[in-house]
Amino acid sequence: MGATLSGFRMSRSSFRRCSSAGVLGSISDLQKDLGEMVKKDKVVVFIKGTPAQPMCGFSNAVVQILRMHGVDQYASYNVLEDQELREGVKVFSNWPTIPQVYFNGEFVGGCDILLQMHQNGDLVDELKKLGIRSALLDKRKNQDSGN
Amino acid sequence: MLPSVSRCTRPIYLSVARPLAHFRPPMDPDPTRPIETTIRTKLTEKFKPSHLEVHNESHMHAVPPGSESHFRVLVVSSLFVGLPLIQRHRLVNEALKEELSSCVHALAIQAKTPEQWGVDPALGKSPPCMGGSKNDRTVEEKLKAGRE
Repeated sequence: MGATLSGFRMSRSSFRRCSSAGVLGSISDLQKDLGEMVKKDKVVVFIKGTPAQPMCGFSNAVVQILRMHGVDQYASYNVLEDQELREGVKVFSNWPTIPQVYFNGEFVGGCDILLQMHQNGDLVDELKKLGIRSALLDKRKNQDSGN
Repeated sequence: MLPSVSRCTRPIYLSVARPLAHFRPPMDPDPTRPIETTIRTKLTEKFKPSHLEVHNESHMHAVPPGSESHFRVLVVSSLFVGLPLIQRHRLVNEALKEELSSCVHALAIQAKTPEQWGVDPALGKSPPCMGGSKNDRTVEEKLKAGRE
């Protein structure tokens, strides 16, 4: 139910607005909240588990790819802790599965897409657009200079 | 009932010549695997693929034997030409909307153009399961939907 950001847990409830509109109002509020949540940080992921302890192989793949690129500052939401979030993000993204990845508020895709972006080099470029320098560039640079 | 182990045991095709793609086992419909059959039928109808593989990977996850809850699909179609990955995946999701909202819990997708497939005729490999499906109420509901 909270976001993990650099080890600092935020409560998703901090994004929820007070509403007395009942169930439909609650669903609508969640969709609005998600709109804010995905924009609040450059990289936002919805996964099963946490970056420290993923609970699904596909979610773990997302975490590992981001780690390989040196992306350690991102918001991560554990859908296993919040069933409403789990279903709500699928509606919000119009995407049926978890994990889900957002860059600058824009839906990128799931594990398959992130993996392909990593493999074909696109991820380095996309991170650059976010102002994030991939660690793989430094690794490549060190290899080229023979270190 | 064991899933088709022979179909799920993939030789590693990384960087091999295209002719080896002909040696992939046939993906015939199987009445004992209704979800797999439906997935294959729908993807064939929508994408008219030059190559299609539908793999039931449920046995790799924390679900009972014989489940049809976790799939990997490889669709090679000229319909994907000019489309970014996300649009391709959305089209596949749309084709399998009914299954994804009922009994299919996980769907790994590879969507390639014939040219891309020619350059790299390799089936992706799903990451090892970390047990997330076990004791997961959502998965239990999907398994129940699949049985019914």
